[in-house]
Amino acid sequence: MKTQKKRQPMGKQSPEERVKNFNEVALGYSHLQAVAEAQRCLGCKKKPCVEGCPVEIDIPSFIHFIADGDFNSAIKKMKEKNNLPAICGRVCPQETQCEILCVLGKKGEPEAIGRLERFVADWETENFNPSPSKIKIDQKNKGRVAVVGSGPAGLTCAADLARMGYAVKVFESLHETGGVLRYGIPEFRLPKGVVNREVEYVESLGVEIVTNVLVGRSITIEELFKEGFQAIFIGTGAGLPMFLRVPGENLNGIYSANEFLTRINLGKAYLFPKYDTPISIGERVAVIGAGNVSMDSARSSLRLGAKEVSIVYRRSEVEMPARKEEIENAREEGVVFHLLTNPLEFMGDENGWVKKMKCIRNRLGEPDESGRRRPVPIPHSEFIMDVDTVVIAIGQSPNPLIPQTLPGLKLGRRGNIQVDEETGKTDIEGVFAGGDIASGAATVIAAMGAGKHAARAIDEYISKKTKV
Amino acid sequence: MYPIISKKTLAEGIHHLDILSPLVASHAQPGQFVIIRVDNNGERIPLTIFNYNRQKGIVSIIFQEVGETTEKLALLKEGDSLTDFLGPLGVAMKEEFVGTVVSVGGGVGTASLFPKTRAFKELGNRMISIIGARTKELLILEEEMRGISDELYITTDDGSYGRKGLVTDVLKEILSLGEKVNLVVAVGPVIMMKAVCLVTKPFKIKTLVSLNPVMVDGTGMCGSCRVSVGGETKFTCVHGPIFDGHKVDFEELMRRNRRFLKEEKLAIKHFGQRKG
Repeated sequence: MKTQKKRQPMGKQSPEERVKNFNEVALGYSHLQAVAEAQRCLGCKKKPCVEGCPVEIDIPSFIHFIADGDFNSAIKKMKEKNNLPAICGRVCPQETQCEILCVLGKKGEPEAIGRLERFVADWETENFNPSPSKIKIDQKNKGRVAVVGSGPAGLTCAADLARMGYAVKVFESLHETGGVLRYGIPEFRLPKGVVNREVEYVESLGVEIVTNVLVGRSITIEELFKEGFQAIFIGTGAGLPMFLRVPGENLNGIYSANEFLTRINLGKAYLFPKYDTPISIGERVAVIGAGNVSMDSARSSLRLGAKEVSIVYRRSEVEMPARKEEIENAREEGVVFHLLTNPLEFMGDENGWVKKMKCIRNRLGEPDESGRRRPVPIPHSEFIMDVDTVVIAIGQSPNPLIPQTLPGLKLGRRGNIQVDEETGKTDIEGVFAGGDIASGAATVIAAMGAGKHAARAIDEYISKKTKV
Repeated sequence: MYPIISKKTLAEGIHHLDILSPLVASHAQPGQFVIIRVDNNGERIPLTIFNYNRQKGIVSIIFQEVGETTEKLALLKEGDSLTDFLGPLGVAMKEEFVGTVVSVGGGVGTASLFPKTRAFKELGNRMISIIGARTKELLILEEEMRGISDELYITTDDGSYGRKGLVTDVLKEILSLGEKVNLVVAVGPVIMMKAVCLVTKPFKIKTLVSLNPVMVDGTGMCGSCRVSVGGETKFTCVHGPIFDGHKVDFEELMRRNRRFLKEEKLAIKHFGQRKG
């Protein structure tokens, strides 16, 4: 049988329809599509795709089971390594990780690994409760570990440790679990029902999660050790939003992307006043920055009723950090891109609401330390954009809370926690860290990979200690 | 869930709740606050910590009905529970012996002033307290403040109790009479804190204020509570809530506190309809 060059297309809500709702945009594969797509896999012996997966999923094996229609074995294979497949199948940048290494990609489109991952995870949810991949775990006698933060890094670390036989307690500061999966990524890209189910799965492994506890304030790391936790994993995420530091930035109507998205996703402001958390949005919205968070903010703005939504980015199209898929989705929905453009100042009306944004045009110069070409302002190219709402999505700096309350913790130049990359070990014995708090803002899957490595290192650390 | 152990109404629309939260009670310090949610559809709002009992694990808050969430909170009774209660948040006040301290409280701000005043008093400072309200019925914590102050002055806007006028009138008088004051601590409506700072500035007396901007997470994540202090943007939740009042841009704070005025009105209307 000749291998199909093209992958199975995935259904999506039409752009006209989806900008009117917060429902998921991508609709997922049918059984037939999934089997057909799985049958494209060459089943390479060397498994190059696995090399690209931060959580080491045995990709050809789970796909092989799908091709055979044995979805039950496929999800079991998946969950040997990945505790959160319904999430990863939706938000991982597979195109730059596993799929880019796929041999099929040399002559056609690579295997749609992410879509199959999503398919098999959703199949399990639809067909089983409790899940068939639920595994029986030995007595929790290997030790006690505290995990700080219930985002992708924390959940992964906790789940892996629980499976190894540790009693794990996760401390979350918000009132709901999931971290960025909950407050950051919108419903239309990652439904919160999916997050709930994945968190329930982690809890089913024996992990205890407590909310409303801010480690560093409600309880300190030192106190956790005193309470008998033998190791602590810090996965507190990216932290404080960065601003442009230009005049007028504190005018009303200017949000950080974190505030904007947290109001919408965690507070369900799109259902206001049924839910109490408000959001105020004008007709013309400018989102500054071009990462995934920017696309999420722009697309959320459209769904909240904004008439004209722009992405304003200082570099050009090729440097945009967002996933291609998300940029395409945003374009289809009518988001306008102002590239090579940088805000210089915000101007408000007499009541202090932002109304205008002074920008300057850039050209690309020599590459900077990130390897991307540096934006250089073009003299006398200033112009004014009319805006009613601005969302600043230019990144975050680490939250200083835990470092402040844990003397001796070594920090990097940007205030992130310094760790050994392989193990997540910090300078303090028994304290490990991973995800954005250690690496700076990255992806969900990178954080999960870090959580996985740290779990392994924590097991090693505690095993060694208890032997002595 | 965080049960309400007891509830008292201190004045029209101002209530005192004792809430069971051993973790917050065991770590709370003067100057810190909590973030609460009343129910599952609720908004996160910050409330100042009035008092705490570490043995009993109880945290006391005093709040005024000013919006939908606080109205909902006021409907709860002893035995009911709050859905969420996170804290203690913010940087604790660094109280020290300085000599004479004037504590200035306006309205429900006096609740936040109380633990600060007590902390300074316990370190041996001479405490002059000035508390004010619109009218006699709205004055709170008179006896509590009297118990920890060397001198206590009371003002009401309408003269129904204490002196007629503003807290700043008394403050101005004390300073003009040459009283040597080493520090002023002020908590109350933004406009009052601004006025206090205007009074103390010419006397070059350090003035601490405790700010109350709109917050979401309260842990540094969102920047909703950003304020300009000495020309720099600070996050009230992690850098504050206590700042050097002479450096705070109060105009900006007042403006930013009006960001959701329109939505708040809608929410209260909606809430009223649901209540019937």
